[in-house]
Amino acid sequence: MKFSKVLTATSSAVGLVVAGSSLFAMDLTVVSWGGAYSQSQIDAYHDPYMAKNPDVNFIYDESGAESVARLRAMKEANNLTWDLVDAVASDAIRLCDEGLAMPIDADAVLASAPDGTPASEDFGDLIINECFIPQIVYSTTFGYRTDVDEWNGRTPSTVCDVFDLKNFPGKRALEKRPINNMEWALHCDGVALSDVYDVLSSDEGVARALAKLDTIKDQVIWWSAGADTPQLLADGEIVMGSTYNGRLFNLIVEKGAPVDMLWDAQAFDLDGWIIPSGLPADRLEAVFDFVNFATDTQRLADQAKYISYGPARKSSAPLVGKHATLGVEMGPHMPTAPENSRNVLIYDYVWWADFRDDLDQRFQAWLAQ
Amino acid sequence: MTESDNEFVCFKNVQKSYDGKILVVKDLNLSIGRGEFLTMLGPSGSGKTTCLLMLAGFETATHGQILLDGKTINNIPPHKRGIGMVFQNYALFPHMSVEENLSFPLEVRSMGRSMREQKVKHALDMVQMSEFATRRPSQLSGGQQQRIALARALVFEPELVLMDEPLGALDKQLREHMQFEIKHLHERLKVTVVYVTHDQTEALTMSDRVAVFDDGIIQQLASPDTLYEEPINSFVAQFVGENNTLTGVVEKIDKSSATVRLDSGDMISAMPVNIHKSGERTQVSIRPERVETDMKRLPEGGYTISAEVLEFIYMGDVFRTRLKVAGNDDFIVKSRNSPDQSRLTPGETIKIGWLPQDCRALDA
Amino acid sequence: MRALLLIAPLLAFVLITFVMPIADMLFRSVENGIVSDILPRTSAAIKDWNSQGVDDLPHENVYRNLLVDLTIAVKRRTQTRVGSRLNYEAAGISSSFRRVGRGLRSFNTEPYSNYFIHQDENWGDTGYLEQLFSNPRISAALPSSASAFRTWQTDFSSDQIITPDDFVFVALASDLSTLANDKVSDLGIDSLRTAHADIDQLSTSSIKHMFIEFDKNWGDVNLWKTIKTFSPRYTDGYFLNAVDLKRGIDGVERRDQSERIYLVLFVRTAVMSLTITVLCILLGYPVAYLLAHLPLRKANLLLILVLLPFWTSLLVRTSAWKVLLQQEGVINDILVTIGLVDDAARLVMINNQFGTIVAMSHILLPFMILPLYSVMKTIPPSYIRAARSLGATPFTAFWRVYFPQSLPGIGAGSVLVFILAVGYYITPELVGGVKGTFISNRIAYHISSSLNWGLGAALGTLLLVAVLILYWVYDRIVGIDNVKLG
Repeated sequence: MKFSKVLTATSSAVGLVVAGSSLFAMDLTVVSWGGAYSQSQIDAYHDPYMAKNPDVNFIYDESGAESVARLRAMKEANNLTWDLVDAVASDAIRLCDEGLAMPIDADAVLASAPDGTPASEDFGDLIINECFIPQIVYSTTFGYRTDVDEWNGRTPSTVCDVFDLKNFPGKRALEKRPINNMEWALHCDGVALSDVYDVLSSDEGVARALAKLDTIKDQVIWWSAGADTPQLLADGEIVMGSTYNGRLFNLIVEKGAPVDMLWDAQAFDLDGWIIPSGLPADRLEAVFDFVNFATDTQRLADQAKYISYGPARKSSAPLVGKHATLGVEMGPHMPTAPENSRNVLIYDYVWWADFRDDLDQRFQAWLAQ
Repeated sequence: MTESDNEFVCFKNVQKSYDGKILVVKDLNLSIGRGEFLTMLGPSGSGKTTCLLMLAGFETATHGQILLDGKTINNIPPHKRGIGMVFQNYALFPHMSVEENLSFPLEVRSMGRSMREQKVKHALDMVQMSEFATRRPSQLSGGQQQRIALARALVFEPELVLMDEPLGALDKQLREHMQFEIKHLHERLKVTVVYVTHDQTEALTMSDRVAVFDDGIIQQLASPDTLYEEPINSFVAQFVGENNTLTGVVEKIDKSSATVRLDSGDMISAMPVNIHKSGERTQVSIRPERVETDMKRLPEGGYTISAEVLEFIYMGDVFRTRLKVAGNDDFIVKSRNSPDQSRLTPGETIKIGWLPQDCRALDA
Repeated sequence: MRALLLIAPLLAFVLITFVMPIADMLFRSVENGIVSDILPRTSAAIKDWNSQGVDDLPHENVYRNLLVDLTIAVKRRTQTRVGSRLNYEAAGISSSFRRVGRGLRSFNTEPYSNYFIHQDENWGDTGYLEQLFSNPRISAALPSSASAFRTWQTDFSSDQIITPDDFVFVALASDLSTLANDKVSDLGIDSLRTAHADIDQLSTSSIKHMFIEFDKNWGDVNLWKTIKTFSPRYTDGYFLNAVDLKRGIDGVERRDQSERIYLVLFVRTAVMSLTITVLCILLGYPVAYLLAHLPLRKANLLLILVLLPFWTSLLVRTSAWKVLLQQEGVINDILVTIGLVDDAARLVMINNQFGTIVAMSHILLPFMILPLYSVMKTIPPSYIRAARSLGATPFTAFWRVYFPQSLPGIGAGSVLVFILAVGYYITPELVGGVKGTFISNRIAYHISSSLNWGLGAALGTLLLVAVLILYWVYDRIVGIDNVKLG
């Protein structure tokens, strides 16, 4: 096992061997997003790993949403306390661009597929830069209540119904940031999904998207935590709202709320691991060992037993089965299922990495007006 | 004096209970004349302060009537009674200057500014505090605060002023001084004063009449000299002034004299006050200054008894001697320090004597 | 001396946990080293540029230096940070920096190395350059290239490579083209003189042209003005931004209508905090009065009720308000059930200012009640009695005698509640929606999301100054001695 080198190094340096495992146990701080998502990771990755490696102890941190800010602060203070961070694609690009995440060689660090296909090929395009270790494909999409009297039996069928206050009155929840909202607004203002980023690259395009959002601004509740929309939907506070598809799965299938999915123009995004740059060698080795395990074909497929996010490896797809406790077939609930992905917004994380600062500034100012 | 002048303040069958069970004031009947200085004296818990608070309107009588100048005031709120009051800790408003404090009762009576200023000035002159008009109460000494409190209670010219242990917080010398000042003010202003204290000296010095309270009942209502010289029961005798007590049984009683067999076996004669028949137990009370140790000075008809000197204390103006008399070893004798007065030595046995009329046989 | 030693631990604690963070915040609100640290050569080269019009772009040499700076920044992964920094001042710059950082390797800079090496093969030899730049006179005359070469040596070179990267030659071209003939002669190096003679040849491979070709934003005068304005090490830009101003082409000017948000937020924070404070006084005063005048046992029970909110988590309390106030919430349900409100017209009581005011007043109420209570406890009942006996009605006695004496409690409570309210951000974030958020929410946003720490620090500093001014005014009017906590 890989710790043996560390062990000998330590004992020879200190000059004596102290018995007892506590001296050699390693605490690894893993940052993720909390809630059902973190739980699925713990069930699929961490617990099985700890069963095999009793010397490793995980400390779970739920600051995923602040990873860029926190890592930047840690670098300034020169006090890195995180060992592994779960980040969405655009954050991963920002972290990588700023040198806060370390570049890795996918084929050297990650396991190959069972048939021998190297990791870089198995993950394919999902390895969006040299720092990113993909885990899942998820989407941001809408859920709506199925019992709204004012709709007179109509049900939303396209994302543009979100902007239709006449036929679908009621409060809706949108995320408190420009990502996705701008694309949907432009799309519903008549821009083809494939052209939205070109249009958004200009000031006029941004103004156009904000103008479209202005038409529903009064009726919008802005969310910032993934759990907000499901809660608001369950309470009947909103009639529709965007959130991550896994959260809606949880609300609809597990809790049985009178809510349905609107898959139209769902925004595909990736989520994966990044390793903070500047880890000491022994910790890095431990992190590599865990990541190698946690992103292998079986583990990624296992995670889909707990939450409806698609595994990032091609080789995991055939292994996706039924939900661990509910027994429902997970395939049809995946954002990647053919009937769900007829019309998708391919979220352009590279474009967003470039334009995030610009649009955040404009969007937040617009929001505060 | 008219009827209403004799009954300016009148308590009629007044009872007070806080909890509905225990009566703090039991069937109080008391009339106070216009211009009188009446002191309610008693130990704490005797009901005197409750009476004062009922009169001021801060407590309501459970039963009975309280009249002021012939009108029932039971249901009149305090601010409409027009009674001045001086509190134990003065209760000067700390956020107002002396002037403002004095002006307050006039302001709430909607008095014009010039009138107010004039009255405030007059009141301050009265207590010789004019130069402190702009000070805050916290910048004044205790005695000064006391005077301001007095001035404030008088400035709106109430006919009745209540004082609730107003001198309690002052040191002895200042207290004695203020006693006279209050007395003089009372004489000058002819205002009716009801004064509450537990200090019997204060009560004796200042009052026209003193009501001695105990256990919710007025034990004796009389002028200071009567109270001192002719207490009608042993509580009053004990509470007012210093007192020697000898206990015994009534042997024989007639109209003006009684014979008492003391527990020591000695037979003495005393004046019957509230004993009624022979065989009754009694406490015989003799004031220390009425006992003579020098037989030459004892007038004709004096009763003598032997005593053992236990202690002799030189106090300047008087000598204070503790004796053992008829089994009571706390028998005090006070004698004036005159040139021919002999100084006793502890251990010696002497003869002492008193006049039978100074020896009052009271309830046991 | 011993006294000093005794308080030393506390002093150190206060210094470390209080004074230093505030000092750091003050420093960050003006500190602006990032531009001159990451773009040192560009910052130096642009100093002499004063734009005369929209077509008057910086000189070719500025672009050459930018290329050198960016090449190094990309290697060090810092180019995005300078972009983010400048983006705070003019939205749109960040993407220009990020894209050019990624596209830099497509720039054809080979003519530059070729120009030198074709003249003299020595130019392609690290050893020769090493010798050249170790001469202090030459290093001083060719500052950009000297530092570019040194950086290349430390960050780029390896044992196998002996020819420096192109950017070193771009820097050399930039330095040489600014030197006069006699200066070059003075240096006494032939290879330099030769290179200097024909340096204008290189204008055919214009770096400026390459930048503009790649992204037309680099041909925008305003972008360059922003870089020039924010290249000094210290800036008032964050503070200007914090009050909706900016350093524009002709000095300080107001920001565009669509970007003015902070003054509104400052005013809103002040007005809402004041409302909350007043509400706390109105709600807390009677409770404190009761507490101070009830018999001890009942008072203790009431005190527990007052303190109960302290023992529950802030999030739980705020969530409880959500449940109560939301449109499908308890209060609306009751109002609809008793027919006071139509089902279709349920009241909007959350995600707006109303929600923030209600929830914050509740959370801050104990901070008003407790000081009031402890002050009221010290007011003896004899004052009221005295006032009544002097002829005051119950109301007059309260208003003229009791109330003035309870003012120190109101003062202490108000200062506490107001200062706490001004700095609150969790509750407004959860129940305030868009219209019910405070300036502190923007500070939190800049610290944790936009990462514009400078602006966050400037806003925080302004908030701190505002509170200090308020404190000073309060001291002037009421007197801080009159603030009593009991």
